[in-house]
Amino acid sequence: MCLAVPGKVIQVDGKAGKVDFLGVQRQVQLDLVPEAVAGDWVLVHAGFAIHRIDDEEARETLALLRKLEAETEGGG
Amino acid sequence: MMGAPVDVRAKAEELYARIEGLVRGPVSLMEVCGTHTMAISRFGIRARVPANLRLLSGPGCPVCVTPASQIDHLIAMGREPEVVITTFGDMLRVPGSRSTLQRERARGRDVRVVYSPFDALDFARKEPNKLVVFMGVGFETTSPTIAATIVRAREDGVGNFCVYPAFKVVPPAMDALVASEEARIDGFICPGHVTTIIGSRAYEPLARDRHVPCVVTGFEALDVLEGIAMLLEQLASGRAEVEIQYRRATCREGNPIAQEMLERVFRRCDAWWRGIGLIPGTGLEPSEEFSVFDARERIDVEEPDKAQDLPIGCGCGEVMKGVKLPPDCPVFGKGCTPSRPLGPCMVSTEGACAAWYLYGGGR
Amino acid sequence: MAVDDEGGGEDGSRTTMTDRGTIRLDHGEGGAATGRLVREVFLKHLGGPEVLEDAAVLDAGMRIALTTDTGVGRPAVFPGGDIGKLAVCGTVNDLAVVGAQPRYLSAGFVLEEGLAIDLLDRIVESMATTAREAGVRIVTGDTKVVARGEADGIYVNTSGVGLMPDGRKLSSASCVAGDAVLVSGAVGEHGTAVMVAREGFGLSGDLRSDCQPLADLAEAVLRAAPGARCMRDPTRGGLATALTEIASASGVEIRLREETIPIRAAVRGATELLGLDPLYVACEGRIVAVVPAAQAEAALGAMRAHPRGAGAARIGEVRGGRPGVLLETRVGGMRPLIALEGAQLPRIC
Repeated sequence: MCLAVPGKVIQVDGKAGKVDFLGVQRQVQLDLVPEAVAGDWVLVHAGFAIHRIDDEEARETLALLRKLEAETEGGG
Repeated sequence: MMGAPVDVRAKAEELYARIEGLVRGPVSLMEVCGTHTMAISRFGIRARVPANLRLLSGPGCPVCVTPASQIDHLIAMGREPEVVITTFGDMLRVPGSRSTLQRERARGRDVRVVYSPFDALDFARKEPNKLVVFMGVGFETTSPTIAATIVRAREDGVGNFCVYPAFKVVPPAMDALVASEEARIDGFICPGHVTTIIGSRAYEPLARDRHVPCVVTGFEALDVLEGIAMLLEQLASGRAEVEIQYRRATCREGNPIAQEMLERVFRRCDAWWRGIGLIPGTGLEPSEEFSVFDARERIDVEEPDKAQDLPIGCGCGEVMKGVKLPPDCPVFGKGCTPSRPLGPCMVSTEGACAAWYLYGGGR
Repeated sequence: MAVDDEGGGEDGSRTTMTDRGTIRLDHGEGGAATGRLVREVFLKHLGGPEVLEDAAVLDAGMRIALTTDTGVGRPAVFPGGDIGKLAVCGTVNDLAVVGAQPRYLSAGFVLEEGLAIDLLDRIVESMATTAREAGVRIVTGDTKVVARGEADGIYVNTSGVGLMPDGRKLSSASCVAGDAVLVSGAVGEHGTAVMVAREGFGLSGDLRSDCQPLADLAEAVLRAAPGARCMRDPTRGGLATALTEIASASGVEIRLREETIPIRAAVRGATELLGLDPLYVACEGRIVAVVPAAQAEAALGAMRAHPRGAGAARIGEVRGGRPGVLLETRVGGMRPLIALEGAQLPRIC
């Protein structure tokens, strides 16, 4: 009951933002996290951001995502 | 997201060793989130923890615990000519007492799968001659997204959008399970993203009054292992507190804006949990102010007679209360498989029985 | 609680939730429901071999292979291809993976009244281009038109004939412990791209079908590994389903290592977001091959040397355990991969 995915906000347009997930983008509603700005990492569930991941955790998330990419693209 | 294989495996081994050192006699930990159900099975965790440690699945699959009569009611609404049913994919195959949304679609009713309730609202905007009903199933991770959608509908004056409320609230259900003493529950693996919304303080009464340790846990393998280790550490030292393992996405207060949205748009009501029964104060429905967005107010179709929730011989109730593990159910894998499911736990991909069947229970 | 036809079923004594009376979309997904339908209706009447391969190898004086494939569904045009290219590639690849050299195709069309002729033209042009690329000729065809509403735009059936070189025999039932499992590139591409194109879900990004003809890639693999046991075209049901079929036919355990299975970041992102498992998502331009251990390096090298196999990887091996597919997860756990009942649906739970 908890499928939420981290993504990076590319741009904000009023109440919505364009969010990037490993190269795939989607409009995400920001009603629940109105303070999100471009460059922030957010957790997205059912098309809504539910949490702004703070900077330190965001760096960790990014490092993990990069390792994952390297693992599959390099080895594949 | 996982890191490089070597790092992750080494860390996992450390955690397995820690867990092993902490398990003395029999101990039962329950998770109440379908994503945890899947994670434990997917990552093969049961195979590696001591036999004395029982990892139970609770009623953490909101789809599994939606009563048949609510599905029947929604289906009946869907048979009205101008009604379009919109739903998360999770609900499409779940049976009411006679049919499923998928079957209804095959029969020509307008049933659409959406990824977000906001897409359903968008659809309503584009089709002013239809009445769009969104099937509102979910716990506190999901209900704020529908609350926000309803607020937008009001702000933008979209009149042809409404929600069938089948939302549930988790902490009182956890309390009811402990109080019933039907299953032994020594600790709770608390749902990560529900807690993102409600905050870890939501479990403090449970820990304090029922003396059950609670650890808010994430969904990667290392998260789950760490959460289990933290629970066992509490038990070893006789503590019963609320702790957070999932620091990167949760805190004590939760998301105040989401909570406020819930309080504004919804009010608590009693809810029937399929296979379990009535648990007071565990439901959400649109409040007075937003009652025009309640599909039951908008569409004059009587709720069908309360149907038998589970077929004869189905053990989902006991599985969801943690009394049995899926393989303990007499029909598991025999009369009941994903291709011929008897009960909701086997139909939904994140139901305890389906997860066990598909992922081998993690053994 | 049987799910039955309109108005029926007052009795509470039914004990299953399965509907047996009508065709469901699940029957078309290539999973367990499809398997049952094939056995219980088609094979029951038509007969057939114990093990069904991607094409039938026949002795008509000379050995030939014959197969058929139908392109259906929306959208007719999607990133990376269209329904026509899909039909040609599907047929060519089914012939290629049984070891045949594809030669001639037929093309049958069912067109819905109201279909734009420009769209039809585009699709047929694409079929011609793909056929040329694949070294095959489309030599015969048929066209039917049905009234508006009686078909979904356009359906394309392609049947194909290929020549079997002497002595070549591939079989899904021939794998043995020690064999290596290879895949020619990243998985889950086609199904993800098409689902996103069809349903909307609002995703944009580098998602495109991997649809491509693979006859010469298959030939290169067989030259490098003449002892190859079998090859498959992992379409509906994805990599996992194809491997469950091979494991079942050979009665062997196939053990995969999760971190070696190539999945592109964009596919990972999209499938994570929608709650899908990329191992079960259709590919339309990949070969999965089981080869003897001694020929694995050569086969992998041949794949990687070919432009259509640049992302090839060795993803597992055949072992002597209980028949089935096991995935070693990143944390050292073991996860069985079984055939799904039907379609994966996007989920939020």
